[in-house]
Amino acid sequence: MNWLKDYVRPRIQRVIRRKREAPDNLWHKCGECGQLVYHKEFAARLNVCPNCGHHGRIAPELRFAITFDDGRYEKIAPPEVARDPLRFKDTKRYTDRLKQAQHKTGAKDAMEVATGTIGGQEAVVAVQNFFFMGGSMGLAVGEALIRAAEEAVARGAPLVVFTAAGGARMQEGILSLMQMPRTTIAVQMVKEAGLPYIVVLTDPTTGGVTASFAMLGDVQIAEPGALIGFAGPRVIEQTIREKLPEGFQRAEYLLEHGMLDMVVPRSELRETLARLIAHMTRSAEPVFGDR
Amino acid sequence: MMTFLDFEKPIAELEGRIRDLKKLSSEGASLDLEEDVGRLEAKRDKLLRATYAKLGPAQKTKVARHPERPHLRDIIAALFTDFMPLAGDRGFAEDPAIQGGFARFDGESVIVIGHEKGADTQDRIAHNFGMARPEGYRKAVRLMDLAERFHLPVLTFIDTPGAYPGLGAEERGQAEAIARSTERMLALEVPSIATIVGEGGSGGAVALAAADRVLMFEHAIYSVISPEGCASILWRTAEKADTAAEALKITAQDLERLGVIDAVVPEPLGGAHRDPATALATLSQTIADQLKAIAGLDALTLKAARREKFLEMGRHLDGRR
Ligand SMILES: [Zn+2]
Repeated sequence: MNWLKDYVRPRIQRVIRRKREAPDNLWHKCGECGQLVYHKEFAARLNVCPNCGHHGRIAPELRFAITFDDGRYEKIAPPEVARDPLRFKDTKRYTDRLKQAQHKTGAKDAMEVATGTIGGQEAVVAVQNFFFMGGSMGLAVGEALIRAAEEAVARGAPLVVFTAAGGARMQEGILSLMQMPRTTIAVQMVKEAGLPYIVVLTDPTTGGVTASFAMLGDVQIAEPGALIGFAGPRVIEQTIREKLPEGFQRAEYLLEHGMLDMVVPRSELRETLARLIAHMTRSAEPVFGDR
Repeated sequence: MMTFLDFEKPIAELEGRIRDLKKLSSEGASLDLEEDVGRLEAKRDKLLRATYAKLGPAQKTKVARHPERPHLRDIIAALFTDFMPLAGDRGFAEDPAIQGGFARFDGESVIVIGHEKGADTQDRIAHNFGMARPEGYRKAVRLMDLAERFHLPVLTFIDTPGAYPGLGAEERGQAEAIARSTERMLALEVPSIATIVGEGGSGGAVALAAADRVLMFEHAIYSVISPEGCASILWRTAEKADTAAEALKITAQDLERLGVIDAVVPEPLGGAHRDPATALATLSQTIADQLKAIAGLDALTLKAARREKFLEMGRHLDGRR
């Protein structure tokens, strides 16, 4: 059975059809090897480069579609939060940046939550959206994760979080920093309820997100090649004034240094999650009928 | 010799004149100088009061980083007795940027943990300017474990530009170490009080500040990113640091208004660096009062209230979206 053709393609088509407009560019240029890939093929391969295997970034809708059984899931409405608590303005107003990001992504903010089943087991999944202001964590991301944790506890279901963030939502100042303890409390609620908390780190995950809920998983998974760290590589280079070694802060480097349990290609993530959840809930080994 | 900040120039000039007059007088000049000295001192105090009453965020950033501002070792000397420093994370190293151990506060045993920036150049290098590596946060977790095991309150003192952004720090899991420290603090079954002493820089500060009560010195700053860092990202030039400091809302007064901290600790005239003894006496009294308010609570109540406090943060601010 061809996983790509029979399982992935139909659900990708669904997601693509949902999009309002066709992409301007029919060819995607791989960020790693520079290869041009026809956009439909790129999407069909879950934004993974057919030439070098580079895992491109993906938005929450597609992530949900490929994570839940049969691509079926139910979104959980994001909680309302203060819009612009500091009335922040740099070269642009924060409210304008927000509007722009909302228009670009069709999302309210940088984290989406949904429920469904993974290998037949109920799960709550939260996905951070790098396309929304770099996935940055402010009040909205914090509340979304807390909401996800509450939903997991209410359903007695595991919480799976896909992280992606360039850093903090600076425009929310100290309130963005406070999302570190707040999201940590969310994780504690899930753990105290005896439920599995699984983190999948995707490219890139840096800053306060890494230094809070992204590093507190019962099991830590990363996608191949994902950049994961506390400080960004540029800041480190400026600090130590030398070039960083090849592969520094990449998923494989973190695995080697004991910071991750496994690096798993996108195409195998759903099965990995399903098997992990089954172990952690002492359930029977999941069966993948559609594979 | 005192270090003056750029906006303190008129004050520095007055100080200079006062010093000259005093020198004349000590050299035995028969002139009656006392009246003039008194007048100049009154003028200086008036100027200090006026200047410090309306310090902006950019100026406070400089005060918060003042080299003569009381550091952890001054706090330990002034607030505690019987301090017994404890070292090491048991995994890799001792990190001098975070110090801690057993101490007595009002005669009662507590665990003290804080950032140490260091006093002179050599000392600052030895303490890595208060920028901790993962081992510092792992040591902090160790000390919090001890506190809980022996039912001792945890008192933390935050003064850091941020966690160290180095190659080794990343290699050894800086992010994980910070996350675990925050997590440990939030789970503590003993009372905790954190004080932002000078600079509360980002995640490296939060890791020691997830406490039942968070206090902040009047001229301290607490921020998600340094004004310089924010300016270079959002304004694309570090020269806009003052503008960024303004926009980020980093002062104790702003944070109290936003409900992020629990109390502001007043500083003596002209800032804590001008009169550390008075500043630390006030801090000691504030901590004693705050501790008394939570000391009797049982572990579950304490934990639940702490959690509720952080969860409610930002929920009552204006303008929903
Ligand atoms: Zn490629």
